Amino acid sequence: MRTKQLSSLALVALAAATTGAVSGPAPIMAGSITGTVTFTGTPPKMRPIDMAKEPTCASQHPTPVMTENVVTGPGNSVEYAVVYISAGDAGASPAPSTPVRYDQKGCQYVPHVLAFQTGQQLEVYNDDQTSHNIHPLATVNPEWNKSQPPGAPPIQASYTKPEFIAVKCNIHPWMHGYFAVMGTAHFATTANDGKFTISDVPPGKYTVTVWHEKFGTASQEVTVGATGAATANFVYKALPY
Amino acid sequence: MGKLFGAIVAVIAVISAAIFVARIWWLPADVSVLGEGIDHQLTETMVASGVLFVAAQLALALFAWQYGDAGDARPIKIFPGGATPMVVIATALVGIEILVLSFVGTRIWGNIFLTPPDPSALTIDVQAEQFAYYFRYAGPDGKFGTVHPELIDEGSSNFFGLDPAHDTAARDDIISASLVVPVNRPILLRLHSKDMGHSFFVPELRLQQDFVPGLVIPIHFTATDTVKKEIVCTQLCGLGHFNMRAYLEVKTEPEFEDWLKQQSQ
Amino acid sequence: MPEAPAPARRRETSDRLAELKHQPPTGFLRTHVFSLDHKVIGKQYLDLGLVAVVTGMVLSWLMRFHLGYPTAALPGLGAVAPNRAPGGVMTPEFYLQLMTMHGTIMVFFVLTTAPFAGFGNYVLPIQVGAEDMAFPRFNMMSFWVTCVAFLVLVAAFFVPDGPPLSGWTAYAPLSAVGKDAGPGQGTGQTLWAISIALFCVGQLLGSLNFIATTLDLRTKGMTLARLPFCTWAWFVTSVIGLIAFSVLLPACVLLVLDRVAGTSFFIPAGLVVSDRLQPHSGGSPLLWQHLFWFFGHPEVYIAILPGFGIISHILPAFARKPLLGPKVVIGCMVAIGFLSYTVWGHHMFLSGMNPTSATLFSVPTLIITIPATIVTLLWIGTVYGARFRFTTAALFCLGFVSVFVSGGISGFFLAQPSIDTYLHGTYFVVAHFHFVMGVAAMFGIFAGTYFWFPKMYGRMMNETIGKIHFFLTLIGVYCIFMPMHYLGLVANVRRYSAFTDEYMKSSLPLHRFITIAALCTGAVQLLFLYNLVWSRFKGAKAPENPWEATSLEWSTTSPPPFDNFGGRHLTVAHGPNEYGVKGAAGDYVMQASSETEVA
Repeated sequence: MRTKQLSSLALVALAAATTGAVSGPAPIMAGSITGTVTFTGTPPKMRPIDMAKEPTCASQHPTPVMTENVVTGPGNSVEYAVVYISAGDAGASPAPSTPVRYDQKGCQYVPHVLAFQTGQQLEVYNDDQTSHNIHPLATVNPEWNKSQPPGAPPIQASYTKPEFIAVKCNIHPWMHGYFAVMGTAHFATTANDGKFTISDVPPGKYTVTVWHEKFGTASQEVTVGATGAATANFVYKALPY
Repeated sequence: MGKLFGAIVAVIAVISAAIFVARIWWLPADVSVLGEGIDHQLTETMVASGVLFVAAQLALALFAWQYGDAGDARPIKIFPGGATPMVVIATALVGIEILVLSFVGTRIWGNIFLTPPDPSALTIDVQAEQFAYYFRYAGPDGKFGTVHPELIDEGSSNFFGLDPAHDTAARDDIISASLVVPVNRPILLRLHSKDMGHSFFVPELRLQQDFVPGLVIPIHFTATDTVKKEIVCTQLCGLGHFNMRAYLEVKTEPEFEDWLKQQSQ
Repeated sequence: MPEAPAPARRRETSDRLAELKHQPPTGFLRTHVFSLDHKVIGKQYLDLGLVAVVTGMVLSWLMRFHLGYPTAALPGLGAVAPNRAPGGVMTPEFYLQLMTMHGTIMVFFVLTTAPFAGFGNYVLPIQVGAEDMAFPRFNMMSFWVTCVAFLVLVAAFFVPDGPPLSGWTAYAPLSAVGKDAGPGQGTGQTLWAISIALFCVGQLLGSLNFIATTLDLRTKGMTLARLPFCTWAWFVTSVIGLIAFSVLLPACVLLVLDRVAGTSFFIPAGLVVSDRLQPHSGGSPLLWQHLFWFFGHPEVYIAILPGFGIISHILPAFARKPLLGPKVVIGCMVAIGFLSYTVWGHHMFLSGMNPTSATLFSVPTLIITIPATIVTLLWIGTVYGARFRFTTAALFCLGFVSVFVSGGISGFFLAQPSIDTYLHGTYFVVAHFHFVMGVAAMFGIFAGTYFWFPKMYGRMMNETIGKIHFFLTLIGVYCIFMPMHYLGLVANVRRYSAFTDEYMKSSLPLHRFITIAALCTGAVQLLFLYNLVWSRFKGAKAPENPWEATSLEWSTTSPPPFDNFGGRHLTVAHGPNEYGVKGAAGDYVMQASSETEVA
């Protein structure tokens, strides 16, 4: 077992070394932080979204979609929570060269929360038969909004400062989402089962923070040791209103 | 030149008028108790002004056709009676028409905007915003919760800024993106705006009223047929003005009660 | 015994002007740029109007193209405005921004400058027999302030967020809360408000001049009753303007204060715009509407009355008979001017103001149709029995009558609140105001151009090109604007950048027809532009009085000398309406003629 561990670690190290990222030597042992975000109590009920005013979108949802500001899953899990390292990261991570994609589809933002890095290219697509006007309500970064008639090319944008930016559509009031602009490469968004995995974390002491648009933020100290795995679970207190 | 002008003006006048008369493009059928009055007023005005329009254009065309300078020694002619017939026609005919239309029109206007609604009217709270309408029904308790602008959160569908945690009256308020009403029952709408000036217009109801931020404006109507028609915004409110609409759904009384029950769940 | 003092000698025009030390200018700048000469200033206003109308027309082509073909890409537009028209397809806000600038440029910088400040400045002093306006320096200032206003407005195209999208009416709170309200509602809207405020200043200076000149600088024998009809029209227009612009100017100042100084004249409490609670309270959006329309309704009479005057002036010259009912025409123009202040609420029937006021505004609105109808019938009656000379200027006069009838008739519907309940905010309104302003007032400008071009430039315009321009334009404008009535009847809503509502989709073919008509009619105007330029250099030399007209501008050279009459001070013995009488020159007697009238 120890051999297996060592060889897998060596593989990881080899992989890390050969991916030839970045400045500085590749971490010899890259760990990860995993966990689950859950809640106790009664969360607010999600409401069906009535898209009657936009028939081309309404027809795409035979059963109405629900609001997404509190999306829960099995075992009281919380979806769309963004978990990230808020302290302890050694130096800034340069943004990946691959862009992230935000879709306006069926008059919804897909995904509801999109996490990406400062400097990383964001591409916003309009997949619908109607015009959208995406309006990220940034306060730290420059605020802008842009219309996309059907068939318009994707919007290319990026942000220079970390910020949780509420995104709304100026034309369709129910369309809301979030950009989680991260100053670190170490972040993950929870899926419907509430689980997250932050990979490629070198050993060390870190502060891990979770953010949720309704439940707020919470932090805990985490140490990634020589074994390379650490856990951080978060439990929110939910109220019905 | 005069003949060319006369011919063109005459043709234009006749074709334009014919299209009106033939009602190739005309108002949709009205489904409101008060709609007939407006349609009648419109038709009366159309007839009176149509006659004036065609007569004036044809007179102009005829005179241009006939009274070109042919280079001969024909003397000029002054219009018989001089200016007096013009003053008389304009003042008398137009004046009488104005009086009649004003008198009748004022009664119609008064019925729509200056008459209080039936006391049994169903009250619906209407909020206009960039760029949608939301409608609020009082729910089983018959009371509307208080609107708190600072609590408005569209992402969670709290369009009216209700505070159900502390405001019991708000807990059973029904919010709908469509205006669903029972047929043949007076409906009282209370119009308020979240942000800009908007307007409420249903062509088939012949009803239009601007929203004024800061005011709550009441209007009322009674729909006479079960239809589904569009409500459109006619007051420029921003970039999405063209996309601002909702549907008016007039249901039978039992269907409406069913719908209300469903919404309460 | 001391002698009784000699009776004071009435100060003559030449004395007043000598006091102003108004000498012929020297140097290029003084002669052509910063000139005190009303003729140069008039031409400058007309040139500004020309630049503005071409700009406004191009904006309308872009708008019409989008309405007819909403998903089509316009080649080149994507390069000019990559943000607002990605890939050449117009965004909704771009349409509204173009629409706002189109309306603002056309109403202010075309329809208020050209017929009033342009022709009025050039012609009025000559028609009253003066050497210049009463206040030449104010006059020069008024042009340059207007010019700066235009530049400030156009600058809105070049700020990062672009021009405002709130329409030429700029209703609050959309225009007042600032950039949260939408694209262009930041700097663009502020520039708009400043531009219009400056414009008001320019027009107030101009109005003062017109009034003072008309009342004070008439030459000997030029009684008020003998003033040409267009002078009367410019006089009434300037009185209207003095009051109207005096209200719009402070309104624009209040708007700027709400936007930049945190005041709340027009913004109530509790507004949530772009997810932000706006920090204002206590204001009234209806206050803006009242202030704006108190100016706005007289403004449209400012736009049309000079046209009334120009038609009344030109028609008899080409009919070779007097204008029917001259005193009635003048009386009607004065009545319209007075009544124009009592009707502004008809723009606000459904605005949320007290519905009882609707009736109070509707009655004078309907009454105002009476003098307008009288004047129209008098024009038609003037053509009766005429020996009509169908020059291009004359044809535009006749065309004016036709399109004014069309535009006035639709006003009859909108003046009634019960009908307005359906037609408000639809294309029926667009049809109405385009017919009376966009067409009739424009035809007045065309008529004035073809009529006074020989006087202003000493050359005749090409009549063949002119007539082709007229007939194609007449047919074109009817093809553009008559169908808009039909669109209104089916409740096709205005100010929509696209027609995606189910019941409006069937109107698309009619919109396409209008678009094609608009683009074709626009192309025809190139003929007019060509004619203007060609005639400047190649037109036949114009005699002193090519039209055999009576008023004083035809008693001097074409173009007139610096002081208008070459040192002569004309004495007027006749009114302007002496056509169809036996005179030394033929069938007319000029105002400055020394002949006694022949019965």
